[in-house]
Amino acid sequence: MLSSYLTLAAILFCIGLYGALVKRNAVVVLLSIELMLNAVNLNLVAFSKYGAVPALSGQVFTLFTIAVSAAEAAVGIAVLIALFRARGTVNVDEFDEMRR
Amino acid sequence: METVFTQYAWLIPLFPLAAFILLTSFGRSFKGLGVMIGSLASLASLVMAILVLFERMGEGVEDYRDGFKWIDLGTFQLNIGFEVTNLSALMLVVVTVVSFLVNVYSAGYMKSDERITVFYGYIALFTFSMLGLVLADNMLALYIFWELVGVCSFLLVGFWYQKPEAKAAAKKAFIVTRIGDAGLLIAILLLYWYMPNHAIDFVSIQNVFDEQTGAIAAGITTLIALLIFVGAVGKSGQFPLHVWLPDAMEGPTPISALIHAATMVAAGVYLVARTFDIFQASQAAMDTVAYVGAFTAIFAATIGVAQNDIKRILAYSTVSQLGYMMMALGLGSLTGGIFHLFTHAFFKALLFLGAGSVIHAVHTQNIQEMGGLGSRMRITAVTFGIGALALSGIPPLSGFWSKDAILNTALHENPVLFAVGVVAAFFTAFYMSRLFFLVFAGKPKSEKQAHESSWTMTLPLIVLAVLAVVTGFVETPWNNTLGTWLSGGTETTHTGGGLVMVISAAVGALGIYLGWLMYVKGTIASDAVSSRMPWLLKLLERKYYIDELYHAVFVRGLRGLGMLLQAMDDFIIDGIVRCVGGAAVLLGRGGTRLQNGQVQTYGIITLFGLIILIVAIAGRRFW
Repeated sequence: MLSSYLTLAAILFCIGLYGALVKRNAVVVLLSIELMLNAVNLNLVAFSKYGAVPALSGQVFTLFTIAVSAAEAAVGIAVLIALFRARGTVNVDEFDEMRR
Repeated sequence: METVFTQYAWLIPLFPLAAFILLTSFGRSFKGLGVMIGSLASLASLVMAILVLFERMGEGVEDYRDGFKWIDLGTFQLNIGFEVTNLSALMLVVVTVVSFLVNVYSAGYMKSDERITVFYGYIALFTFSMLGLVLADNMLALYIFWELVGVCSFLLVGFWYQKPEAKAAAKKAFIVTRIGDAGLLIAILLLYWYMPNHAIDFVSIQNVFDEQTGAIAAGITTLIALLIFVGAVGKSGQFPLHVWLPDAMEGPTPISALIHAATMVAAGVYLVARTFDIFQASQAAMDTVAYVGAFTAIFAATIGVAQNDIKRILAYSTVSQLGYMMMALGLGSLTGGIFHLFTHAFFKALLFLGAGSVIHAVHTQNIQEMGGLGSRMRITAVTFGIGALALSGIPPLSGFWSKDAILNTALHENPVLFAVGVVAAFFTAFYMSRLFFLVFAGKPKSEKQAHESSWTMTLPLIVLAVLAVVTGFVETPWNNTLGTWLSGGTETTHTGGGLVMVISAAVGALGIYLGWLMYVKGTIASDAVSSRMPWLLKLLERKYYIDELYHAVFVRGLRGLGMLLQAMDDFIIDGIVRCVGGAAVLLGRGGTRLQNGQVQTYGIITLFGLIILIVAIAGRRFW
């Protein structure tokens, strides 16, 4: 049972990673990151139910993660909107401020 | 016996050294004074050397040694110091006399050269090195000065470094003598290895080898002696390492006189004489020295017959006369060898300085373009004639007595070598008369008006001419002064020499007569031999093709090897270095490209880094 959850999580993570690394649109990149976070959450839940030592703590962790990532997504969107206002674009490859 | 001056013999080399340091440090600022400083320093050495020599001639003198500890390596101690023996006292005088006269002569000869102070500095260094070599009391100190002499010859032969020939000659002199030096160095190392207590001073060497204590095996003794001889062969221009000596003529003429009379080439003979006990302990080594010397004597004398460059003829004559000295030493006659070295120093210096005077007047070195100079340059002609007669062995000049001493020894020890010596003496007389008559007799061949040189140049000629006449009388059949003094009374050179005296004088006279017939009288056409046997003339003119042979065998081969090594250096060693450098550059360039400020690029790098880390950690389990 556990392995099918883990496989699904891995597939989700890879899709998320792919999107985060290659997509140009910043919104899609943020979406991809959420996908990766969800893969992790799925793993945590799966381990808390079917792991070697099943316990409720995994699900509690998941709730924390969801809360933190929601806050993060809110900040990320806010940054994105600020960037869009300043530069007039949401393409990630045009954001190269780190080079300066 | 009080030794007043001998104690201060170490001052003798220090005068020229001081002059060298002065001239090198301040040479530019006192242009005219350079000549004075150089000459005065050598004069001071000369006076001191003469005082020492007089003291040595007193009754009951003993060899004087002094020095201080130089290197202390546990069981091995090396003292550096000086040792005055009769032999070294004699050499000191020879070196300082010739050096002083060359100093005086150069004041006129090098007058118009703008590097004259540099020249005087080099001469002073040369004199210092040679005097140090003479006074050295152990093999290592001798070797240091030996190398210094080599450096000085390099500097002076290549003094006119703008000329490519001079540059090549300087390099040749240095490299060829280095081959000999390698032999000497190995000999010193062997001596250090095998001598009891690793003592390499001359007194210990003398004690060990003289008493035949058996401390050193016979084979090793022969090896050491032969290796020392290799060093002497290089410095003294013996066959087969003679090739540098004639080329060294590219240097200024006073230097040729200094090199050929008192310093460089004498060093080889002096080395053999100084380590004579080692040679005497090995018959094979003695034979080698004698045969190499005899062969060199006749070999170089025949080449001298066919040369046209005035200085080259004299150079081959030097090679030939050094062969005589080596032959005498090889036959066991220390006195004969040193006696000839002593007289040869004066008449050969005289001949070179005379040749310099001629070159100075006519601006050519080709004797075929000279002629009739005798009437215009009387002093040069007369003094040169005296030198030529002394070299040809005409009685009662100095060369006759010393050559006679050698031939006498040869007749008693080895008749074959005696015959070789006589034939070589004939050739010597012949090429010297050819040289003299072509230069000074007959009609002038060029329009230029030659005139006598200035007094600074003629004065040394006169002094040397006097010396060339009288120095022979220190050792004659009736007067065994030098032999007794030098060998402590054990050696006589002229025993029963009536026959030899007649033969050697007759041979010399015959050679001169033949030269007179060919080049003055014209009774025998001067191309009588060469027209019938042109190949022989060609062979002699090309010096038996030795240079060509060396070029084909050694120079070409070594150059090929050098090119191979160069290629290896260029492509393999440098290639690796270039690869490393290129890789660093590529890495840096790739690094800058990655730093493009885009988060996704950084993300990919992180991902790859993580993968590499995982693979590495996982791989460790299998490795």
